[in-house]
Amino acid sequence: MFKRSKLAVACGLALFVVGVAQAGAGTASPALNAEVIHWWTSGGESAAVKQLEGAYRAAGGNWIDTAIAGGDQARAVTLNRIVGGKAPAAAQFNISKQFLDVVEQDMLMPLDDIAKQQDWDRTLPEPIAHVIKVDGHYYALPLDIHMQTWIWYSKAAFKKAGITKEPATMDELFAALDKLKAAGLIPLAHGGQAWQENVLFAGVLANVGGKQLYMQVMRDRDQKAINSEAMRKVLVAYKRLQSYVDPNAPGRNWNDATALLVSGKAGVQIMGDWAKGEFTAAKQKPGVDFGCIAGLGPDVPYLVQGDAFVFPRSDRGDVQQAQKLMARTLVAPTTLISFNKLKGSLPPRVDLDTSSLDVCSQAGAAIMRGKSRLAGAPEVYLTPDQNGALQDAITAFWNTSMPVERAQKALAAALRN
Amino acid sequence: MRQRGVMPYFALLPMLATVGVAYLGAFAWTFYVSLTGSRSIASNKFVGMANYTRLFDNERWQLSAHNLAIYGVLFILACLVIGFLLAACIDRQVTGEGALRTVFLYPYAMSFVATGLVWQWIFTPDGIPGLDFDWLVDQDKVIYTIAIASIWQASGFVMALMLAGLRGVDPEIWKAARLDGIPVWRVYLSIVLPMLGPTVATVLILLATMVVKLYDAVVSMTQGGPGIASEVPAKFIMDHLFLRANIGLASAAAVMLLVTVLMLLAPYAYARSRRRIA
Repeated sequence: MFKRSKLAVACGLALFVVGVAQAGAGTASPALNAEVIHWWTSGGESAAVKQLEGAYRAAGGNWIDTAIAGGDQARAVTLNRIVGGKAPAAAQFNISKQFLDVVEQDMLMPLDDIAKQQDWDRTLPEPIAHVIKVDGHYYALPLDIHMQTWIWYSKAAFKKAGITKEPATMDELFAALDKLKAAGLIPLAHGGQAWQENVLFAGVLANVGGKQLYMQVMRDRDQKAINSEAMRKVLVAYKRLQSYVDPNAPGRNWNDATALLVSGKAGVQIMGDWAKGEFTAAKQKPGVDFGCIAGLGPDVPYLVQGDAFVFPRSDRGDVQQAQKLMARTLVAPTTLISFNKLKGSLPPRVDLDTSSLDVCSQAGAAIMRGKSRLAGAPEVYLTPDQNGALQDAITAFWNTSMPVERAQKALAAALRN
Repeated sequence: MRQRGVMPYFALLPMLATVGVAYLGAFAWTFYVSLTGSRSIASNKFVGMANYTRLFDNERWQLSAHNLAIYGVLFILACLVIGFLLAACIDRQVTGEGALRTVFLYPYAMSFVATGLVWQWIFTPDGIPGLDFDWLVDQDKVIYTIAIASIWQASGFVMALMLAGLRGVDPEIWKAARLDGIPVWRVYLSIVLPMLGPTVATVLILLATMVVKLYDAVVSMTQGGPGIASEVPAKFIMDHLFLRANIGLASAAAVMLLVTVLMLLAPYAYARSRRRIA
């Protein structure tokens, strides 16, 4: 008897506790604080992230913004805080192997419910799904997709140099560069920083080498492919581009290079779709004042990469609730579209309506829907360490008179580990 | 042991603990990590000397070490010579000594992140109109631009230390030298400079530490470029610690840097211990 009444009291108490907890959740929650670390600090980016914040607030959460300028810095802070046990509720990473170590330490919350509900296996582009899915679990929430190797050109510069047709092959690109040079313009606007030389290299590898070689080199790190004759051609074409660069290029920032196109002083730049923001800021219109080429040829791989949020594991109930609410909110198509419109990137799902985006983005979205051209940017396949070693080899080749054979060897060594 | 001798050691305990934990402990940990395959998080996966083998095969590391050697020799020599000359000039009781001292010391009071940008402007091809000074974009000369900028910054600091040393020289020596008709430069070279021995040693140590930790000048002026032409070991370590998520390799590089410093310091420490015995 006594025993039973004790049980009844316990049950009653339990029900009461659950009831209170539910009531707490129901009356929407000043408690659902979520600290978010990200590095979207430039004008366009912070306007974009405000869309995410607004969506989360509208859903009843309280977004605590920890914006840290510079991706490296922000990621270092995130990693230190995760390891130190003071993780934020959510943190930005690139869709890459940057957070693989934390996944392997089992420090991130898997997002399998959302993945199933949104059918990520089908709706996410394959290279993106591939990198955020580890051992069958999804560990990151993709927010945007950038394509790294757009070929931008200034219509004013092309007109001045007498180029009437948009280059459609690598040979035509070189011909256009020659004409630009003859017209006294800077043919290729280049920012001489190691990462930009890496972007340029990925672009040449994609355009000259084609998808098969690209995948063999970047994804499989196939030594035979790296030492092949086809790769040699890629390196020769890459080095040839250097003769179209002005002497002030070393150390230049990417946006200063884009500014040369905006002012019509330079003809071509190979850079990610974030460069579009510079044109837009100068009130130039895609297709009117400047052109964008996704690839020289109908099969050139389209190198995607992007940003994602990860949700570090927490044993606090309110943090878990906040994380779930945030994940649910941010995958809403309207949120993704309004975020990406301001950021100049594409939403990560191939099934969304992109007709409200500009012509360059729409061209990119069409290629993404076609799937056959999709490939990941180098960071998607390489660890930060491998990508860094590749960058060292490439930037040394670009800036010195290193013979092609030696560059090929350096490349092979960089990708061996 | 006498009772009295224990207390000083006891009082030293907090300092010893700090040295033990913060310096030796951190070093031991770094060395341990350098033997593991740690990536962004320290792990226990033991890989032996693999990180060291990779480090010595690494072209960028070799170039970094080479650059640091060139920079180190130039920087230390130039700072010593210029600093001593400046100090000697001021020591000759010039007018406006206070103002000059401030002017010479001023660069040292400024952050290199700020002044590095100014030097970057000066050295870029269109930096100064009419003067084609483009070492910053030149593979072979870029490391000298960093040395020049650093010398500009640190010379005033060396001057301040040297000046303090010169002021400590007994005026009687100058009087005696004048009586003997010894030329001024000879007095400086043969009498005053040897007397400044301890000051020079201090300056050397301080300059050497500045050389080893060279990082901000490179980051603000060249970011290691063009290509990898102006990379230095500290930047290699920082890049691998954070950007490239390879704590293992970064730790191996840090250990190598420390070993080099110890090798350079060993003769000095040995000489000092010999002197004390003698």
